[in-house]
Amino acid sequence: MGQFLLRRVFYSIFVLLGLSLVVFTLTRLSGDPSALMLPIDATEEDYAVMRSYLGLDKPLIFQYTDFVGRAVQGDFGTSIRHRQPAMDMILERMPATLTLTFAAFAVALAISLPLGILSALYPNSLIDRISVLMALIGQAVPTFLLGIILILVFAVQLQWLPSSGRGGLEFLILPALTLGPYSAAVINRLLRANLRESLTKDYIRTAQAKGFTQQYVVLRHALKNAAIPVVTVMGLQVAALMSGSVVTETVFAYPGAGLLLVQALGNRDFPVVQAFVILVGTIVIIINLLLDVLYAYLDPRIRF
Amino acid sequence: MKSDVAKIASLYPKQNSLQRFLQGAWNLTLSLISNPLSLIALMVLIIVVVAAVGAPAIAPHDPELQSLRLRLKPPFWAEGSEAGYPLGTDALGRDMLSRMIYGSQISLIVGLSTVLLQGAIGVLIGLLSGYFGGWVDNVLMRIADIQQSVPFLILAVALAAVVRPSLINIIIVLGITGWVTYSRVVRGQVLSVREQEFVEASRALGSGDARIIFYHILPNIVPSITVIGTLTISTMILAEASLSFLGMGVPPPTATLGGMVADGRNYVSTAWWVSVLPGIQIFVTVLSINLIGDHLREILDPTLRNTS
Repeated sequence: MGQFLLRRVFYSIFVLLGLSLVVFTLTRLSGDPSALMLPIDATEEDYAVMRSYLGLDKPLIFQYTDFVGRAVQGDFGTSIRHRQPAMDMILERMPATLTLTFAAFAVALAISLPLGILSALYPNSLIDRISVLMALIGQAVPTFLLGIILILVFAVQLQWLPSSGRGGLEFLILPALTLGPYSAAVINRLLRANLRESLTKDYIRTAQAKGFTQQYVVLRHALKNAAIPVVTVMGLQVAALMSGSVVTETVFAYPGAGLLLVQALGNRDFPVVQAFVILVGTIVIIINLLLDVLYAYLDPRIRF
Repeated sequence: MKSDVAKIASLYPKQNSLQRFLQGAWNLTLSLISNPLSLIALMVLIIVVVAAVGAPAIAPHDPELQSLRLRLKPPFWAEGSEAGYPLGTDALGRDMLSRMIYGSQISLIVGLSTVLLQGAIGVLIGLLSGYFGGWVDNVLMRIADIQQSVPFLILAVALAAVVRPSLINIIIVLGITGWVTYSRVVRGQVLSVREQEFVEASRALGSGDARIIFYHILPNIVPSITVIGTLTISTMILAEASLSFLGMGVPPPTATLGGMVADGRNYVSTAWWVSVLPGIQIFVTVLSINLIGDHLREILDPTLRNTS
């Protein structure tokens, strides 16, 4: 276990370094930042001074090591527009985004776990059909359309909930209901298929032959074995939820990091974009590392 | 036993590969139209595709023609609608129906071409990774890990902003950010196919790596690639719509479905159709593609049930 963990941590650091290289390349592709920082009437000398101040006159390899060196110390550049450290701006907004992501994930689980389990237990029943239909719809409806329809119904027509902003729980309900269903559809589909397959296994028949009730067999034996692929997809869903939160925050003008990203993209404020990509990448890498440990716990046969 | 085999074989006339392909395609079509749900999906898609391809002839108006007099006219079933504008107009008085037809043209072009690009990159990487194994596999799969550590849409918007959005840039950006699914599935299949006897036999006959990969292994994984491809078209259509919605898609005045939804957000309480109708069109198109993709998966490769 210790060696396995060590190897996974090593891999994660490698992936993180690769990510920094990708982000660094993005920086270079985005053009000369001194052009964005200097006034239009700046002279050739001004540009030379700015470039040497930013380290752009050094060979690329040194620029990259400088970039990593600063990043390790928590310096991800300064927002061109707001003249603030880019990472601080994002970290300030991150709690709002994570709250939304977790709320959406809770919505996804609240829909998908009961539906997935019930539809596997009662194939071709009404609940099974509803579950299949919900999965089809959930995977096909664009996040922004769902958000706009929810706003139309619950904010404009019924006036039960606010349509935008952030505050108490009431500001979280519609965004979470917008972001959750896609993941719910994916998890539901997978859980249904896996649970059904694991219900055909010999150990299930053995457990049934022992006289356990069907509920006990499903919850104790089948569910645990169906859980592994579901855990995999949950890891991927974290990434999907992060993507989705960018769109959802835009629809609801929800002041999270995703909305900041969209504004930064509009202003071509690339240091903020880079810091966001690095932060989200790091979060996804750490979550996948934790999930690998969770696999090993769920299935003792897995020891990479 | 032997006579049984001969009997069964005699039922099937000898076919060359083109005939076999056509026969397979025909059987697939038959099974698609025999299922009511896939039949409806197929018809919806045919309508969308025909409208998009024939847009200049079918669209009743110029999608970019503005008119102050015709601002925010509702669709035909609502009060105050304008004859000749069956789905109403947007805030600049442009015909919704025409814009939606041209918008789905962009959706379909982006959906199809990104899938081809991703497929080409992903299949090649998966083939190399699975066939050669060792350090090639290690390096390529770590690159895939890096790619997957950044959520797809976030990487796509960041890249799109850097290279400046245009139709061709959007295709390239989505194409190079979405190959990982293909390469992982292809790699897994190559790992099992390359151990089979016909591969060894071919090697014993002196075939080189390239011949084995493209003549013997690739044909065996075509069904899976087809299934992933079909299902990813809808993912890519949604991705393009999200990029346009966020203002990082094909820039205005070109009509895009995602861009239309974004435009209509400001009027959503007074003129819901400007946002909702293009959104529903995306939904219906994606739903139809998914239904057909699911059907193909059931027929071509049921083992892929859990990959998407």
